[in-house]
Amino acid sequence: MQPTSHAFKENAQGALGNANLQQALQLMRTGFPGRRAAAIAKLPEFDALRDESKAIKDHVLAHLDFYLETFERNVVAQGGEVHWCRTPKEACEAVLAICRRLDAKMVTKGKSMIAEEIALNDYLEANAITPIETDLGEYIIQIRKEYPSHIIAPAIHLVKKQVADSFRETHRDLDPARILDEAPTLVAEARQVLRQKFQSADIGITGANFCIAETGSTIIVTNEGNGDLTQTLTKAHIVLASLEKLVPTLEDASTILRVLARSATGQEFSAYTTVSTGPRRAEDTDGPGEFHVVFLDNGRSAMLGTEFQDMLRCIRCGACMNHCPVYASVGGHAYGWVYPGPMGAVLTPSLVGIDEAGHLPNASTFCGRCESVCPMRIPLPKMMRHWREREFEKKLSPATYRAGLGLWAFFAKNPLLYHFAANAAARLLGAFGGARGRFRSLPLASGWTEGRDMPAPQGRSFMSLWAERQKRTPSS
Amino acid sequence: MPATAPRVGLFVTCLVDLYRPAVGFAAVKLLEEAGCTVEVPLAQTCCGQPAYNSGDKADTKAIARQVIAAFENFDYVVVPSGSCGGMIRVHYPELFADEPAMFQRAQHLAQRTYELVSFLVDVMKVERVDARYEGVATYHDACSGLRELGVKQQPRQLLRSVAGLRLAELPGAEVCCGFGGTFSIKYPAISDKMVGDKVADIAASGADTLIAGDMGCLLNMAGKLSRLGKEVRVRHVAEVLADMTGEAPPIGAGKADL
Repeated sequence: MQPTSHAFKENAQGALGNANLQQALQLMRTGFPGRRAAAIAKLPEFDALRDESKAIKDHVLAHLDFYLETFERNVVAQGGEVHWCRTPKEACEAVLAICRRLDAKMVTKGKSMIAEEIALNDYLEANAITPIETDLGEYIIQIRKEYPSHIIAPAIHLVKKQVADSFRETHRDLDPARILDEAPTLVAEARQVLRQKFQSADIGITGANFCIAETGSTIIVTNEGNGDLTQTLTKAHIVLASLEKLVPTLEDASTILRVLARSATGQEFSAYTTVSTGPRRAEDTDGPGEFHVVFLDNGRSAMLGTEFQDMLRCIRCGACMNHCPVYASVGGHAYGWVYPGPMGAVLTPSLVGIDEAGHLPNASTFCGRCESVCPMRIPLPKMMRHWREREFEKKLSPATYRAGLGLWAFFAKNPLLYHFAANAAARLLGAFGGARGRFRSLPLASGWTEGRDMPAPQGRSFMSLWAERQKRTPSS
Repeated sequence: MPATAPRVGLFVTCLVDLYRPAVGFAAVKLLEEAGCTVEVPLAQTCCGQPAYNSGDKADTKAIARQVIAAFENFDYVVVPSGSCGGMIRVHYPELFADEPAMFQRAQHLAQRTYELVSFLVDVMKVERVDARYEGVATYHDACSGLRELGVKQQPRQLLRSVAGLRLAELPGAEVCCGFGGTFSIKYPAISDKMVGDKVADIAASGADTLIAGDMGCLLNMAGKLSRLGKEVRVRHVAEVLADMTGEAPPIGAGKADL
């Protein structure tokens, strides 16, 4: 998809005025954080598991060549195939080639952020292949022609009424007078519609939460079981993955699984954890005819050895955005590309370029809540700051802002001059605003004063008052 | 508590210097009452965060060198702000990671730098203060103090010893108020939305007084409270603990409100 991250400010402005979105965000503001907190309170070794999980991924990143080759060897040993793709285009072409060879007309899809990253649905449709999303959230946004606003809850920006309206519009063969007020009714309707699709699909495409080097297996976690159906009934199962998913062994995957669902939804474990190893064997009763892993790079290997390498530990749990007050204010679409919130603020500039995504690492107060909940201990604020440093070096920030910063820095580096100016400013602002104690508007701070007052200074700088006190009582 | 009076360098912070000298004097009083000798080096301006968070590493380093030179000979450096305290304690060493000599000096300074209230409780072992404040107060945990320096229980402990003050917990006390320094200038609409949510939580706490330990957050929340016409008095924690709320009207309130 075409990113609109450069228009973050405008996107955010729209989001702030969108009543449905704000209602939806209000619901998630306390929901996810509360559930996560409750889940980890019951697991005293949670922080130790975080350390262990981090160490597993750091080890893989340090020996990536070995584990990538081991993974491929074992996928092949199980009768599958790995397709290495440098770009979204190569990945789309790899998927299409499999579809064409197997004469596929319809593919069912489990949830996959890589599929979003490479805009697979658009590509397949352009090539006369119908993709059907089977994850409820993904299905909802597919029929609404939207893209995910959250990496684990793609339709979180919607309220129930909007979903019901979309269902009525799309499922025209159902009774128009049916009642669609409650979530279970909506889920049941989606299941009924999707069940038929599962049976007629030629190929199933899923993402991967883990790629296990030791066995050549991939793992997905879901709460709907749609991922299982997607892959068991088809001519081929295509797994879309990237190098963040790689772990050495099944045991390593189970370590990380213990932090994944707790961090994501506050569940101890997702309802379904599905391990896929190769195509159907002769003795199997079901399973896909072929097993393919489409492994996308798209700029990730270029992050190795840079200050952004830690980002490649990300397990896509969504905890950072669930706890981000900026995300909670503007929602995921404002970020303008596939990955929103703090992890997107770091990853998106790596994948689509800092010129396009320059706003994202700036749109953070550095409150640090994302890092504090990240199960993989990714220093997200620090990496956002690294992006800001690159932007500053490339002079990407607005000229007026840089000029203001330069002027401030000149004073900050000259204490005597600074003290003189600070006292003058305190006196001036204090004289004008002191009686009321605040300003309703201030030149150069109109953005601030649009929605809130600017408190007035007391009227003298501390340093000037302190100097006076020292003169009066030189010994203290 | 140390045997001899420790020599403390007060890092005033630019916002206290410009906006609220009362906080600086309250800090001096609290430190002196805890048994410290307090000095205020002249060669201080700002900790450098505006430059650091804007990606301007060169200016940040120049300012950090200035702070390190001015403060490295004190027993302790105390800051009435978790944000600026965190800058010196956590980020100065990171800043000089590739300059061994400066790194050592930054590390040396970092190890002896504390946020004011946590210094009083954790280092000086202050258990209570001699202060009076009539009201129901709620405390907002400013982000850097909370997450970079572990300031959480210390202010609550001391506030509980203030006569007449009742503490009401703030729902979502650990959620950012939306200030974020330059963030509030660069993304004022989002910042305003965040502080609006914060003010709703403050109202839900039922408190008549809002207390926090960072001037930036206090200016932001006070500005939103007054714009919405909420009758909540806003104070820096040092003013309340030092029993100096008579020295200046609440933040964002006029002299008539004193």
